Amino acid sequence: MIPVSYYLVLGAVLFGIGMFGVLTRRNAIAILMAVELMLNAVNVNFIAFSRYLPNSTLDGQVFAIFVIAVAAAEAAVGLAIVLGLYRNFHTVNVDEINLMKW
Amino acid sequence: MPGTYNPADVLQALPEVFLASVALIVLVLSFAAPARRGWMETLSIGGVVGTGVLLVWAAVPLFQPGGSPVSVFSGSYLVDKFAIFFKVVFLIATLLVILMSIDYLPLVGVPVGEFYAILLFSTVGMMFIASGGNLLTLYIGLETMSISIYILCGFLKRDQKSNEAALKYLLMGAFSSGVILYGISLLYGLTGALGFEEIAATLATIDLSNPALLLAMVMLTAGFGFKIAIVPFHMYLPDVYEGAPTAVTAFLAVASEAAGVAALLRVFLGAMPHIQVDWTVLFWILAALTMTIGNVVAMAQRNIKRMLAYSSIAHIGYVLIGFVAGAKLGISAVLFYVLVYAFMTAGAFAMVILLQTETVKGDLIEDFAGLGQVKPIAAAAMVIFLLSLTGIPPTAGFVGKFYLFSAAISAGYVWLTLIAVINTAISLFYYMRVAMVMYMGEAPEGLALSSSRPLHAAVAFAVLGTLGIGIFPQWFLKIAQASVFGLLP
Repeated sequence: MIPVSYYLVLGAVLFGIGMFGVLTRRNAIAILMAVELMLNAVNVNFIAFSRYLPNSTLDGQVFAIFVIAVAAAEAAVGLAIVLGLYRNFHTVNVDEINLMKW
Repeated sequence: MPGTYNPADVLQALPEVFLASVALIVLVLSFAAPARRGWMETLSIGGVVGTGVLLVWAAVPLFQPGGSPVSVFSGSYLVDKFAIFFKVVFLIATLLVILMSIDYLPLVGVPVGEFYAILLFSTVGMMFIASGGNLLTLYIGLETMSISIYILCGFLKRDQKSNEAALKYLLMGAFSSGVILYGISLLYGLTGALGFEEIAATLATIDLSNPALLLAMVMLTAGFGFKIAIVPFHMYLPDVYEGAPTAVTAFLAVASEAAGVAALLRVFLGAMPHIQVDWTVLFWILAALTMTIGNVVAMAQRNIKRMLAYSSIAHIGYVLIGFVAGAKLGISAVLFYVLVYAFMTAGAFAMVILLQTETVKGDLIEDFAGLGQVKPIAAAAMVIFLLSLTGIPPTAGFVGKFYLFSAAISAGYVWLTLIAVINTAISLFYYMRVAMVMYMGEAPEGLALSSSRPLHAAVAFAVLGTLGIGIFPQWFLKIAQASVFGLLP
């Protein structure tokens, strides 16, 4: 049996890649994709814990399903917002979308 | 306990079910009968008031002596006084926002029906946060609230600033959800449970020096820090406040912040009381930073929505003082302040909307020039909100700050209180600058205010709340103190 730490390392690396993507990417769509990576890293964690915890319950798996559903809703709203933004700005580069000072 | 499900449990969640149903009806109406604006407005207000009645009805047995909190759906949904208190705050905020929106939305050209439906969905999400008995319910509530607000921020489809606000809030919100979730997954891995009580019970038995636990705590702090805009996670907030439609900004500032505070209290006090020593230190620093940066940067703002954004950051800093002080005294002060803050901030944003007409956008501080001479009643209302935001008697803001500071002093946080008092003095400068512009400034030709009656009602309600709580604080404080019991171990 594969030890749980393998899954946790996978989750942590995936989360790290996602976080790095959010912080370095300038394309709004790419940032959204990086956020999806972070959420999937969390799912890996949940499933692994749910399987390997001594008094195992299904809580973790249920949580993962909810995360997937919420991620889909977030992506739908997110893409709609990016689309609306593109109509007005003709770009999805977040550096150029800067009417208000940060 | 796990596995038992009683169909009657649904009745405990009746307020949420009712409000969600009303929101769905409004949504259907918005495309079935788009011309019937009045119906949708009346229905939304009726839905909020009806939910309030259901809540009070559910609260009566709780507030009687011997009334104990109810936990249904295997402990994932709690009906306790804490939940009821926050839900009432959310409903007051939503009601004020709906009243502000009725004549504001046609003015800025927003499709009406969906707006109310999404607003109500967001409120339902907040109510689930307040009632969350485990991390799953809390997370779903948080996302229901946030995703709805992303849409509301971008409601002015042709306005570039509104687009930008929606994008920034979306990216920051999604990112912070990811961070919160990672913290939750670590907490689940450490304890094997999602319920707050179970987590707290397990944490009492395991080794607390585990670095994973510390990481989970930091992740949750950062995630919630983004949601309620604690410095240094506040960078997006002023842009979102400036770009979003003003009614939505009011909703963000009042209801969404209150929901974030509710979530913070549930998670940190409910699930992690055993590492309170650790997170108290963390939040001490964050509170001091948040107050100071919020107030100092607010001084430099010309746009009143941006100024109020930094002021709301500063107020979250004050709220964190009570959180740091902890115990019954500190947490009841937090609850009390959230209620007070709802009235005064909603009132200030309502004044910004009042100034907006076809010709004037009304979101610069100069736009208030001469209001004191031309429209003395409106100016007086604004002065009341500004005094309350500063914390000067006889307004509610003074009482709220007094309780927060005295809780901090009695818990021994003298330095933090000193920083807060200095900050209050700084805030006097920029709040009173608005008052000065109103009374000393020259009114432009034909200064007009919105003639919207619902908006006037919203301002009057906010004034009533701000002064009422300021003059008779005892009654409200008693409720806030009673509402803490359901939470503290």
